[in-house]
Amino acid sequence: MTELLRTRGLSRHFKVGGTFSGKRLHAVDDVDLTIDAREIVALVGESGSGKSTIARLLARVYKPTTGEIIYQGRSLETLRHRKDLLAYRGDVPMVFQDPFSSLNPAYRVKHGILRGLILHRPDLDAAGRQAEAVRVVEAVGLHPAQEILERYPYQLSGGQRQRIGFAQALAYRPKLIIADEPVSMLDVSIRIGLLNVMAALREQEGVSILYITHDIASARYLSDRIAVMYGGHIVETGPTEAVLGDPKHPYTRLLLSAVPDPRAPLDQEAIVDRGDPPRVVDPGPGCRFRGRCPLAIERCGIETPAPRELAPAHAAACDVAE
Amino acid sequence: MSALLTTAPAVAPPSPRRRGGGVLRAVLRNRKALVGLILFLIFMVLAAVPRLFTSVTEPNKLAYPPALPPSGEHLLGTTALGQDIWAQLVYGTRQSLVIALVAGFFATVLSVLVGVSAAYLGGLADEVLSMITNIFLIIPTFPLIIILATYAGKGTLSVLLIVLVVTGWSYGANQLRAQALSLRNRDFLESARVRGERSSYIILAEMLPTMTSLIVANFLGAALYSVLTAAGLQFLGLGDPNSISWGTMLYWSQNQQALQSGMPLWSIAPGLCVALLGISFALLNYAFDEIGNPALRPVRRRRARRATAAA
Amino acid sequence: MPDVQPPLLSVRDLRVEYATAEDPVVAVDGVGFSVGKGEFVGVVGESGCGKSTMLFAVAQLLSPPAAITGGSVEFHGRNLVTMTEKQLNVLRWRDFSVVMQSAMNALNPVASIATQFADAMAAHGAFTKAQIAERSVEVLRLVGIDPIHLKSYPHQLSGGMRQRAMIAMALLFTPDLVIMDEPTSALDVVAQRALMIQIRQLQARLGFAVVFVTHDMSLVSHFSDQLLVMYAGQVVESGPTRTVFDDPHHPYSRGLLDAFPSIRGPRVPLTGIPGSPPDLARPPAGCRFQPRCPVALPECGSTRPALYRVGPARSRCLLDAVQAEENSP
Repeated sequence: MTELLRTRGLSRHFKVGGTFSGKRLHAVDDVDLTIDAREIVALVGESGSGKSTIARLLARVYKPTTGEIIYQGRSLETLRHRKDLLAYRGDVPMVFQDPFSSLNPAYRVKHGILRGLILHRPDLDAAGRQAEAVRVVEAVGLHPAQEILERYPYQLSGGQRQRIGFAQALAYRPKLIIADEPVSMLDVSIRIGLLNVMAALREQEGVSILYITHDIASARYLSDRIAVMYGGHIVETGPTEAVLGDPKHPYTRLLLSAVPDPRAPLDQEAIVDRGDPPRVVDPGPGCRFRGRCPLAIERCGIETPAPRELAPAHAAACDVAE
Repeated sequence: MSALLTTAPAVAPPSPRRRGGGVLRAVLRNRKALVGLILFLIFMVLAAVPRLFTSVTEPNKLAYPPALPPSGEHLLGTTALGQDIWAQLVYGTRQSLVIALVAGFFATVLSVLVGVSAAYLGGLADEVLSMITNIFLIIPTFPLIIILATYAGKGTLSVLLIVLVVTGWSYGANQLRAQALSLRNRDFLESARVRGERSSYIILAEMLPTMTSLIVANFLGAALYSVLTAAGLQFLGLGDPNSISWGTMLYWSQNQQALQSGMPLWSIAPGLCVALLGISFALLNYAFDEIGNPALRPVRRRRARRATAAA
Repeated sequence: MPDVQPPLLSVRDLRVEYATAEDPVVAVDGVGFSVGKGEFVGVVGESGCGKSTMLFAVAQLLSPPAAITGGSVEFHGRNLVTMTEKQLNVLRWRDFSVVMQSAMNALNPVASIATQFADAMAAHGAFTKAQIAERSVEVLRLVGIDPIHLKSYPHQLSGGMRQRAMIAMALLFTPDLVIMDEPTSALDVVAQRALMIQIRQLQARLGFAVVFVTHDMSLVSHFSDQLLVMYAGQVVESGPTRTVFDDPHHPYSRGLLDAFPSIRGPRVPLTGIPGSPPDLARPPAGCRFQPRCPVALPECGSTRPALYRVGPARSRCLLDAVQAEENSP
């Protein structure tokens, strides 16, 4: 598998508490994430875990505080010219969460797709752009494509709008699509349709997808590999089946035990949890999960655990797990 | 895992609410808008073809006996200097409308550029633009026109327009900035950023089209401000006393003590026209608010029948 | 489970309409169900199915342009729909209370928790300051919040704590019925689970019944006694929860259950339910699910199915009419 994108020690901090405060919110800290070509990686975490910040770091909405992002062997810091940055944006587009605000209500649906083509596919003329717009709309399962392109967003359902979001991304001929909770705001019965679209895009168009979500079940359905985030850190990574079948990190275990599965009987011995949120403002060293962790030892408060490979390609950032 | 592409069946679009025609229909259905529009059109017609309404061609010429009461020949009587009041009123409409529309337009353009850019760009640019806005907000109108009039020689129309724009843009800029701030984090704007669009493109082509009703409302507000302020300035004698406008009529009528001398219509008529033109803008403004934001529409208290008997 | 006593809450043939510029839209069309003492009834459905409207109607909280235009809501044997505001105010909060969807929207952001509890109590009875303080501490302890938080403002509490504070407020008078509108949707999975367990524990301790509306079917699967599935303003399936989950009859319930990917068990491709719910301004002539139904019969497009009894459950599907006798709710 060829490596497409890798982050090394990626961190992003935000200033909080007023102009002269020295406090920093550590939204993302020291993240090492790898995405290969034609791979679907799920980034799973609760709200506030930092997963949306990682999406925006990879989409160059924010610049990292420290660390780097290496795309196709080149660090993104070397992209100085507007042209280089534009090329990266064409390779790594983003799809947003909210179908009701991700499309400009003042324009027809084709506007976003055509603008994207003008910016990123200068080889096409007007007729070529129109044809490509039709192609990508059909590729996400919307028919009749010509007619749908002429509609306004209010004339489409939430699921259809999200599909248009993917069509917009697809129009760039991307290598990696960053999907930030693309199905969270859709009805349950519609979600599967969109997840299937994403799987089809990988099969037929060869794109990789970074699927960001808080829903482990859909992450399992879609992804090859999974990374679990907590309090700005990645606490566990590995092949999806391995991580879900044999979770190493205590947070992963807690998360899995809390997911309701109607087909399974209620787990009476589910882990009881106090549920305090992690401390992310000036957190200092140490594992951020230690306040809620049943396995915590003294060392957990002194040193931030680094990821350790506990099984083939399966790593957890915990000093106690095995 | 094999890929299953479920085709979303084509959804028939709901009964089409067409955009352009929709606005006109919405205006006609709204009572306030209708009244405001009719008033405005009346004034437009008066300004465009004054000859249809009066046979007098030079309203300021001292052509008639002074202080005549209203009659068939002089609908509103004559001034203390011997001018037909009705003719002055009709011809004066043009200047008032020009002031309202031109000053309103340029003030709005400035408001939009400064307010929306400040909101979108944020950070230092926002601080600087906001500071400029606030400085202009507190500049007092009257001393400014006095100063400018002194420099220009007299209070000509252009000077008046410049002063109105300079003092009138800042209020709208604050309003638009506030509204643009609330729009700034909408996903479609971030989507345009991530797409690689330039900031100028995003502000002009992505943000502004979603703010049209706010911008129109701002224009109407600026026009209202211009009409009232211009009349006030001219009344104080800071305009051109030889021009033909309602404000000038107010100046001269006050100068000649019209109300005390038995020529009340000389004061009342132009004052009423100023008020009516202002009302028309205000009504259109309310109506645009309601059209643009359905939450503001009066709740039609049509109660669905409440059931009385139990099953 | 239902017992011999008359039900605590009995909703029959409830109909809610929204007045519009054209014909009124029927948002809730003939919904009926019963809630026994201490029972937990889950109402599930997707956006636009009318579940929240129905809940608001039951709680008599609808305002124009929506109004109840048919049916009855009998609470302790008395019809709430025909009561005056004065009569309702006697019952509100003391006999039944409501927990809203988003605590941040329902709690006053500029008042402390103690003030809000005091307001709620004062609105429904005359109490001394000491009585109010004592009861406030009591209910906070019930939901597992340290009473020191009485002085806190809503934004100082975590999401889970805010929701529990809302539930505490709903329990101030130990009502017989608590109506909950998606109280967990703003919480993460771990907090959701903790809250559900807590609600069940409180039920066991205090004996109140719960009507719980949610779009997340799996959430109620382990906690509710009875389940109602709503679609396009109607109940399409109802029955004991386990029955509905283990053996769903209505094609929509089946489709909905199948749309949940599983954590455990084999990975299989799923299809979901293509299409969207019908426009309630122009409901279909026959079965409302027919345009999306994978097993529709020709007559489904023209015949309106009633709720047919199938064992302990009921299903609004013509395929079940064949086997079962018709039963009006």
